[in-house]
Amino acid sequence: MVNLESAGDRHKAPDRLASGTLVYLDHAATTPMLPEALAAMVEELAHTGNASSLHNAGRRARRVVEESREQIAQAFGARPSEVVFTSGGTEADNLAVKGLFWARQAGPHPRRRVLATAIEHHAVLDSVQWLGEHQNAGVEWLPVDSSGRLSPDVLVAAIERDPDSVALVSVMWANNEVGAVQPVADLAAVASEHGIPFHSDAVQAAGQLPVSLAASGATALTVTGHKIGGPVGAGALLLARGVDPVPVLHGGGQERDVRSGTLDTAAIRAFAVAVEHATARRDEHAARIGRLRDTLVDRVRSVVPDAILNGPAPGQHRLPGNAHFSFPGCEGDALLMLLDAKGVACSTGSACTAGVAQPSHVLLAMGADKSRARGSLRFTFGRTSTQADVDTLGAALGEVVERARRAGRQASPPTGTQPAGQIAAAAAS
Amino acid sequence: MTALRVLAAMSGGVDSAVAAARAADAGHEVTGVHLALSANPRSYRTGARGCCTLEDARDARRAADVIGIPFYVWDMAERFAADVVDDFVAEYARGNTPNPCLRCNEKIKFAAVLDRAVALGFDAVCTGHHARLGPGGGSRAGGDAAGRPAGQVRLARSVDLAKDQSYVLGVLTAGQLSRAMFPLGDSTKEQVRAEAARRGLAVADKPDSHDICFIAGGDTRGFLESRLGSAPGPIVDHDGQVVGSHQGSYGFTVGQRRGLRIDSPAPDGRPRYVLEIEPVSGTVRVGPAKLLDVDDIIAVRLVWSGRMPPTEPIEATVQLRAHGETFPATCWLEGGSLRIRLHSPARGVASGQAAVLYDGDTVLGSGTISETALGSVSARG
Repeated sequence: MVNLESAGDRHKAPDRLASGTLVYLDHAATTPMLPEALAAMVEELAHTGNASSLHNAGRRARRVVEESREQIAQAFGARPSEVVFTSGGTEADNLAVKGLFWARQAGPHPRRRVLATAIEHHAVLDSVQWLGEHQNAGVEWLPVDSSGRLSPDVLVAAIERDPDSVALVSVMWANNEVGAVQPVADLAAVASEHGIPFHSDAVQAAGQLPVSLAASGATALTVTGHKIGGPVGAGALLLARGVDPVPVLHGGGQERDVRSGTLDTAAIRAFAVAVEHATARRDEHAARIGRLRDTLVDRVRSVVPDAILNGPAPGQHRLPGNAHFSFPGCEGDALLMLLDAKGVACSTGSACTAGVAQPSHVLLAMGADKSRARGSLRFTFGRTSTQADVDTLGAALGEVVERARRAGRQASPPTGTQPAGQIAAAAAS
Repeated sequence: MTALRVLAAMSGGVDSAVAAARAADAGHEVTGVHLALSANPRSYRTGARGCCTLEDARDARRAADVIGIPFYVWDMAERFAADVVDDFVAEYARGNTPNPCLRCNEKIKFAAVLDRAVALGFDAVCTGHHARLGPGGGSRAGGDAAGRPAGQVRLARSVDLAKDQSYVLGVLTAGQLSRAMFPLGDSTKEQVRAEAARRGLAVADKPDSHDICFIAGGDTRGFLESRLGSAPGPIVDHDGQVVGSHQGSYGFTVGQRRGLRIDSPAPDGRPRYVLEIEPVSGTVRVGPAKLLDVDDIIAVRLVWSGRMPPTEPIEATVQLRAHGETFPATCWLEGGSLRIRLHSPARGVASGQAAVLYDGDTVLGSGTISETALGSVSARG
């Protein structure tokens, strides 16, 4: 028999963010749900109805989904029919990259080349890589400059080597690690000239920059709920009309026959509420977190003068909520652990294998050496960020960097002897 | 008691999980760290291995959750590859039989990890080794007479002699031991498992790991062949007559009987054993069991964790391999090496293994076996 009481207890892990004792500077990983979105989701979860059912309960759910779709479409410069709901950013990226590639294989002249930047999120990066390894795609990684930006000229040159062989181009709107904002409209125009589908992962840009399918000229945009105050598990691929990627998920064909799976009505509703709020307050929000970011950059530089700010200079080419530093002589995971112990949550900004930080592929692509790539930390701001967060970090950082530097020195001095079996005695108690 | 900042190395097994839990219960500020030792960890445990897969990392993380301590993964793959795996291969190539667990304790857990931990502000590294660690010196009458500086940490066997791991810790210096914490030494394995179950740790009935963690499936010879390539050579008997051939002398260990694939039977019809490995010529010498007996051992790379280096011969018991029996011996320093004269011969002693010296249950020190001979018995006889 299932013991519900103890099963419930197991999930009562202490939440220091909720109790206000954690300085949370990792909003790019995920950000607190907007209270209105949470309320809408909880309310919706109490209702029953499959949006694909034909009866009253189904129609009710369908109405919630379609109203949400309209809100999201409007916020992102798309028509309602151009919103394909997914389980989030990763699924939307997979659908765009693989689905568009497969769609471009039909006909007498299959197009094999896939162009993407070397700094894409793993959802795009690994999808492209997989196409290269298993689907005979010709993968070409577009180089970025030392600030992490792609020049449209690079894309022009890559396409013009053989325009007819390009299946698709994928360039993220804003980079999740260093916050570099790409000239998406210019890049989309280049692709469009040759009739090549252009996809952009706009997960990090949404809520901070004006993201619009129509204005950007992109074929497909990825957005997700949990980076802007919505729930994890709801996202969308904004997909221009007349573009039909081959599905990744087969089944009931609920979303334009491109994506299958019962629609998550409650999460979609909460996603829409979050998108509406984020859009309405976007400029004000961007300005506020931009100011916080600027004070953080100043504080970090005054505490650690040799810290290197990675990515574009603060301004229009950088996400306002992003700061990303390399701390020479330090390992990022040591910095993260020491800050965590002081109640400051941030990120090394790179992908993990079993929790092991790999040197960031983004920094390596920007020309950083391995040690600079390993010794980096990302601080990202969101709706709940305050000046006090910056102050706490500023107060903690000096000692943390000093300790991490000591640990990072490869030729570490021999370990000193502890006096008189103190540890052995302490352990025995 | 002073609360210490303790780094608990958590392999994902039951021992290190309970050790971490006990350290936390004792009031220390404990942080769990899983050491990622492989650059390309496999997804699942296979066989009886247990420390290097993603599944083990997950088990360690879950144990830390249940105990209620922070948890991180430290990437030690490069250091492990250089200091343990490459060393393992090089030692076999030299005709020795290394013990990689011992080397891992010496170079990784209580060196690279400990140094990093201390630099990051930790006071101690806690592991699930079955060994006891206590204050030495005044705790026993005559402590100083044994040549031990007063107050030094004392490493001793676990109360569970079948699980005792003091041998693989015998290479640690007093300095390393002073920063170590082994909370399991007073418990049997059975008690540790029962406690894990009581604490709700899912690893309570996880099987013990036996094999070498970086060799999948336990195929040491295959692993060495992939690293060292094929190096055929002769198998000769103790008179120098060629009795067979092999694909690499690194596939053999002194005392080994199986897998020799010798064509002709021995003249006396008795089984033959590996007596000696000559790596330069690739010659493997075999012979009858009685020629495996040695009583005169030279050990190098000496560590004295339990006493001062002896100025005159001392009596000690010596353990010559993990989980091996012990032998009473007289030991003395000769130049930079240690001469160990066993009171009665031991059989199949491989160079490259550690000789760990005990006074009763207490570790006095250790060295790496470099030469063996049979001589003193006949000389005395």
